[in-house]
Amino acid sequence: MRKILIPMLMLMLGAWPTPSYLGSVVVAAPYGTSVAVLLQQGDWIKVRVAEGQAGWMHQSALTKKRIVMSAGGATAQAGASSEELALAGKGFNSDVEKEFKSQNPNLNFAAVDRMIKTKVSADEMRIFLKAGAVQPAEGGAR
Amino acid sequence: MKIRNPKSEIRMMTSGLALAMLGLLAGCSTIAQLGTAVGQATGTLTPEQAASINRSAAAMEKTFQDITPEQEYYIGRSVAATILTTYQPLKQAATTEYLNVLGQTLAMYSDKPETFGGYHFAIMDTDEINAFAAPGGLIMVSRGLLRCCRNEDALAAVLAHEIGHVEKQHGLKAISKGRLTSALTILAVEAGKNLGGQNLAQVTKAFEGSIGDITGTLINTGYTRQLEFQADAAAVVILRRVGYNPEGLVNMLDQMQQTMKPGSHGFGTTHPSPQDRIAALRKTLSAPAAVTAPPARQARFTQAAGKI
Repeated sequence: MRKILIPMLMLMLGAWPTPSYLGSVVVAAPYGTSVAVLLQQGDWIKVRVAEGQAGWMHQSALTKKRIVMSAGGATAQAGASSEELALAGKGFNSDVEKEFKSQNPNLNFAAVDRMIKTKVSADEMRIFLKAGAVQPAEGGAR
Repeated sequence: MKIRNPKSEIRMMTSGLALAMLGLLAGCSTIAQLGTAVGQATGTLTPEQAASINRSAAAMEKTFQDITPEQEYYIGRSVAATILTTYQPLKQAATTEYLNVLGQTLAMYSDKPETFGGYHFAIMDTDEINAFAAPGGLIMVSRGLLRCCRNEDALAAVLAHEIGHVEKQHGLKAISKGRLTSALTILAVEAGKNLGGQNLAQVTKAFEGSIGDITGTLINTGYTRQLEFQADAAAVVILRRVGYNPEGLVNMLDQMQQTMKPGSHGFGTTHPSPQDRIAALRKTLSAPAAVTAPPARQARFTQAAGKI
């Protein structure tokens, strides 16, 4: 299988053993990591990360765009395009949120922070579906 | 002067600036690029001038599609913080947890299973029939809307509809294009520097404007009917993949039709009528059918959300 290198778009929690999110993570692939594409099956792509482990990732989590992880480095000095700068996470980031927050101290960010904390594991999802007799189509997630 | 192959003209022009121009080459053949390619071929512009113009033009053409997942996450947080200031979150831990287990499971079967910050669900303490999906996956559903659900399949339909809005980035589409242009132009000019002082203030202003565009659309005007039908269609896809009965959506809309006062705040003004949504759904669903949930599924629904 021909390998193509593409960097990933999102903060992925990992690559998975089967084309489904209800499996377990086999290897972590953080935001901006490059992965080698092994094969594609529907919306799922089998990839290999640097350490040599392979797993499945959803196509929506990958991009061919180059991700610039830190601004101000050699790339920016060489005149990176605005697109690349946007990809560097400049712009609407935590600094801007902080500034926005200080100008709008009444906004309920505390509730948002509480929301963000709720994380359901793949195990909990499997148990939930089984207990409710909910039978996914094609035997797994897309 | 040869302009029959604009791509090769641009490639020649950018040979000394390969790194800077990579992004432009990938998205070739906008009018601005053609213009500078022609200008350079006739010797009226230096490659540096051409590159500079193309960079500015690229900044001007920025749309919501150039917003990264990380930026989408920060926009979504502020949109949610604004909404949860108008509508207080309901502190019912068990119901909120049930909503999150159901909602996050549904999201795994969507076309965008993971986002930068993940999908999270909260209940708004209001009788109003309403729900909001902030960009990136922060979803808020009102007590009033939860009361329109008689079973888990109906509740799954409500959440899947909101996941559909996130998946299709409808919130970001509500941002006026001018705001992104101004923010991203500042960033282009400030290449390689950390934002500070006046620039931070300018970007924050564009950010605040974007949050205003989105919350204004969500709370007051609503999306277009077309986008609502898109979210309903996405919901049907998700429900089928997970194994819920898509009739749950019709079931919930029927109930909403009975409960909702026409023109009332919330879905009464921001969404197409339940009748219209059902009519659109009927084109893709088979004949109307009752939703029958297995006893265990119905029991946990009643326990968690039956008395909301």
